[in-house]
Amino acid sequence: MVHAYTPGLKVVETALVRKQRRLPLAGEVLVKKGDKVKALDVVARTFLPGNVETVNVANKLGMPPEDIPKYMLLEKGAKVEEGQVIARMKQLFGLFTSKAASPVKGTVETVSDVTGQVIIREPPMAVSVTAYVDGEVVEVIGNEGVDVECVGTFVQGIFGIGGEAYGEMKTVASAARDVLGADDIGPECEGKVILGGSLATAAALKKAIEVGAVAVIAGGFHDRDLRSFLGFDLGVAITGHETLGVTLVVTEGFGEMPMAQATFELLTSREGMLASVNGATQIRAGVIRPEIIIPNPGKVVARVGSEEGDEANLEVGSRVRVIREPYFGKLGEVTSLPVELQVLDTEAKVRVLGVKFDDGGEDVIPRANVELIESGRD
Amino acid sequence: MELSNVKTILATDCGSTTTKAILIQKEGDEYRLKVRGEAPTTVEKPAEDVTRGVLNAVGEVEELTGRKLIADDRVLVVEDENEGADIYMSTSSAGGGLQMMVAGVVKTMTAESAQRAALGAGAIVMDVLASNDGRLPHQKIEAIRRLRPDMILLSGGVDGGTVSHVVELGELIGAADPRPRFGASFQLPVIYAGNKDVRPNIEQTLGEKTSLYVVDNIRPVLERENLGPARHEIHNLFMEHVMAQAPGYSKLMSWTAVPIMPTPAAVGAIIQTIAERERLDVIGVDVGGATTDIFSVFQKVFNRTVSANLGLSYSISNVLAEAGLADIIRWVPLPKAELDERALRDRIRNKMIRPTTIPQTLTELIIEQAIAREALRLAFVQHKGLAVGLKGIQQERTISDAFSQTMTGETLVNMLTLDMLVGSGGVLSHAPRRVQAAMMLIDGFRPEAVTFLAVDSIFMMPQLGVLSTVMPVAATQVFERDCLVRLGSCVAPIGNGKAGHACLRITADWPGRGHVEEEIGYGEMVLLPLGVGEKVVAKLDPVRPFDLGEGKGQAIETELEGGVVGVILDCRGRPLHLPEDETARVDALGRWLTALNVYPGYGEQRTA
Repeated sequence: MVHAYTPGLKVVETALVRKQRRLPLAGEVLVKKGDKVKALDVVARTFLPGNVETVNVANKLGMPPEDIPKYMLLEKGAKVEEGQVIARMKQLFGLFTSKAASPVKGTVETVSDVTGQVIIREPPMAVSVTAYVDGEVVEVIGNEGVDVECVGTFVQGIFGIGGEAYGEMKTVASAARDVLGADDIGPECEGKVILGGSLATAAALKKAIEVGAVAVIAGGFHDRDLRSFLGFDLGVAITGHETLGVTLVVTEGFGEMPMAQATFELLTSREGMLASVNGATQIRAGVIRPEIIIPNPGKVVARVGSEEGDEANLEVGSRVRVIREPYFGKLGEVTSLPVELQVLDTEAKVRVLGVKFDDGGEDVIPRANVELIESGRD
Repeated sequence: MELSNVKTILATDCGSTTTKAILIQKEGDEYRLKVRGEAPTTVEKPAEDVTRGVLNAVGEVEELTGRKLIADDRVLVVEDENEGADIYMSTSSAGGGLQMMVAGVVKTMTAESAQRAALGAGAIVMDVLASNDGRLPHQKIEAIRRLRPDMILLSGGVDGGTVSHVVELGELIGAADPRPRFGASFQLPVIYAGNKDVRPNIEQTLGEKTSLYVVDNIRPVLERENLGPARHEIHNLFMEHVMAQAPGYSKLMSWTAVPIMPTPAAVGAIIQTIAERERLDVIGVDVGGATTDIFSVFQKVFNRTVSANLGLSYSISNVLAEAGLADIIRWVPLPKAELDERALRDRIRNKMIRPTTIPQTLTELIIEQAIAREALRLAFVQHKGLAVGLKGIQQERTISDAFSQTMTGETLVNMLTLDMLVGSGGVLSHAPRRVQAAMMLIDGFRPEAVTFLAVDSIFMMPQLGVLSTVMPVAATQVFERDCLVRLGSCVAPIGNGKAGHACLRITADWPGRGHVEEEIGYGEMVLLPLGVGEKVVAKLDPVRPFDLGEGKGQAIETELEGGVVGVILDCRGRPLHLPEDETARVDALGRWLTALNVYPGYGEQRTA
C-alpha cells in the first residue's frame, strides 16, 4: 500500500503554479481577485503585537511589590516614551528620589503588585507579504492573504538554504558537470540568480554574497562547506530562515553531483528571465522542497501547488534517478518491477526494480532507492 | 459490551507517516494477534482526514482475514461472532504529536518535575522555562511566541512556598499572548499545577488571555512528586484541543471506545504494565526517523524521555553533529584510511534529505547500524539525566551510609538491576539479522551483569498500550506471545583488565551440548546457542577484578534464557572501551562480529 519509492522532484517546462501568500495573523489584503501582480508587490499586511520589556520597579525603588501602585506615574494602558520615568518615590522629605524609567517606547501593559514588575509593550510591528511571483491573484483568503497563480517553468531542488529571492537568471557554468568556483562569479552577477553545474563551493557562495547575487543554483554542495558557511552543523533539514545574503538551491544532493541534464538545459534556456527562488526546505511530515519559478507563458503540462496536481506512478519505462549508494546520482529507465520481495547483499528482503542506466549497464536495486523523474517536458 | 466478553479487538496507531491496524482475537483463554495492516496516514492534503488512512489500514486487515470490519464508511463495532470488532481503540502521533512547553521556578526542581509530567504524558517538550534558566524576561517571552506549543504546563513553588516567582512566570506567559499551533482562533490551553496559594493570582493573570485549567501541585512538598493530576489533564486537553483540531479526529474520536492516546503515552503504558505485572526493571527504546524515545521503570518509578533530534533519517545529521564522526566510525570494522571522511559526511547528509532510502550494500548497512549505536547511546545519556531522584531534598543518613553516600538527584537507572531491554523502531525491528539488533542494543546501552534482550516484532506496542488501559491481561498476553521477539540473555561482567587474561568462567548443563565449562578472556565475545523459551541455570564466575553485582570475583548462580539469537557472553568489560590503536580496534571488531556471526560473509572475509 505504501509507496516503495520516493516521488520525484518536479522539473516542468511549463506549469500552472499556484502559491499561497498568507500572513501569520489576520490583517489587511491589499489586492483583489483578478489583479495582476509583480513578485515584489505587497499583497497583504498586518501588525504583530510588539515585543515586551519588563521593568522591576520594586527593585529599582527598593520597596515591597504591594506598594508599587502608589508610586506609579502611569497607569495600565498609558503610552510611554523611551527613558520616560514611570515610577518615582521620594525619601527623607524629598532629599532622595528613587525612580524607574521605561527602556523602550510603548504602552504600559501590566503593573503587578505581586512581583513588582511592570511590563511595557513596544508598538506593533508591521509585517507584509509580497506576491513572490509575477502572476495573477486567483483567490483572496479572507483577511489573511491570497493565492497567486502564474504560468512558467517550475523546478524543485532537493535541499536549500535562505528564503525567497527574486532576480534575473544568469548561467555561469558551461556544462552540468562544471564546478562553480569563486573565480566564475564577477560584478556582472549582481542581483542575479546564478546557475552553476555539479557543485557550488563555499568560496563561490561567499563571492556571490560579495557581488550581491541573490541566489545560487547547483547540483551539489559539500557537507563540510555547509558547516563552514552556516557556522554550525545543521542537525535537521529545516531551513529557509537563514539570512546569509544569498539563497542556495541544490538540485541533486550532497557531494559533487552533475545537475540532471534536463534540469540544466531547461534552466539555461531561461537565461535573462526573471526567477522567483526559495531555499526553504523541510524534510518531515509536510515536506517542503526548495524551488525555482520562472514565469513564462506556454502550453501548461502540469499543475503545481493546487489539489489538481497528481503524482505519477512508477512503471516499466519510467525515468528514474538513483538516490543511494552504490549508484547514487545515476539516471536510467525502469526495465522490470518484480512483485516478489528480493534479498539484497545486506540480507534484507525488499521490493526491487530492474534499471538500465543511461551510461550502460543494468542492475536490480531497491525501489526505495530511486526517485521518479517527474519531467513535464514532453 | 462487558469487557470480559470481548473476543475481537481492533486497534490502530496513526503515526506521522503510516497508520497501522492490528486485529486481536481470543482463542480459548488467550488473546492472540491475528493480522496487521497498514496504509499511509492521511492527515495532510489531499485527503486531510485521518479516518481515510484508518479505513485503508483496516481494509487491509479485512482483506487478509475475510472478516467484515468496515460498514457505512466507518469501523464496524458490533456484537457479532462473524463480523465487526467488539471494541475499537486508537493512538495517534500524526501531525507532529503533542508539543508542549513547561515552566517552573527552579530549573532542577519544579521545572524538572513539570518536564517529567509532560514527557510521561507523551509530549515532546519544546522548551523548559525556569526563573533561574539564565534567560532575560524578553528572551523567555520570545521563546513562547516563537515555538507555538499545543499547550503549556506551568508549575512552581511547593504549596505554601514562593508566590512572586510563580506569578512572574504567569505574567511572562500572559505578556507573550501565546497562540496555539492549531486553530488560531482558539485560546492556548495552560495547565497550572503549582503552589496552590497562587491560584487566584494565576487566574487573574492568565484567566482571560488563555484557556486556563488548574490541577493539584505537581510538587506539593519538596520530597514528593504528584504527577498524576497534571498528566491526566494533559491527556484530556490533548483530546479536546489538539486532536479535535486535527483533520478527521472528531470523527475518529466518535468511533473509539476509549480516549485516543498519544502514541508515546501508550508505549509507556504497556511498558509500565509489563514491569508491574512481572516485577521487572525495564528499559524500552523506540528509535525512529526523527526522534528516539526511551522509557524506563526502575524501583517502580516510570520515566520517559524523548530525544527530539536523534533519529536515523530526518535527524540523522544531528546524530553526526552530536556524536562526531570519530565516534561513529569507531564501530565500523574498517581502517579509517579506507573511509573517505568527506564522502561519508555527504552520504549521511544525503540520507537526511532522502530519508526513505535503505542500505543496499553491506558497508552501507554497517555504517547505518554504527550511527544507530551512537543515537541509542546519546539518547540514553539524556534519559539517565532526567530519570533521577528528586533534587534539593533533605536526606537522612545513618552511620552505615558513611561509605556509600549518594547525592540527591542521582539517576534511577541502574544497569545492574535492569532485567529487560526492549528495542523497537525500523533499524532494530527490521535488522536483517536479529543478532544485529542485539549488538546495537548492547553497544548503545552497555547492559551490565545479566540482562534479557528483546525487540518489538512489528511495532505494535502503541496499540497494546492503549489496550492495557482497559484490558491489561489481553494486552500482556499479546505482548508476551506475539509482540516480543526474544533475542536472549546478555551476560556482561563489570570492570576492565588486561587483554588475554581470563574474565569469566561459565559452568552449566547446556541443552544439546551437555556439561559446559568455558573460560572467556577479557576483550572477547562468545555466543552460546539457546532457543526461544529454553532456560539454563548457570554458574557465572567472574575472575577478579570483574564483578557481576555480588562483588569482585564473586560467583553467581542464575537462570539464563535463550532466544532467536542465544546467550551472549560479553567480556569486553564495563565501562566499554574500544581499543584506541587503529589496527587493534579493527581486529577486535572483526573478532566480535565473527564470534556472533553478525554480518553475512563478514567473518569469512576477515579471517581468510
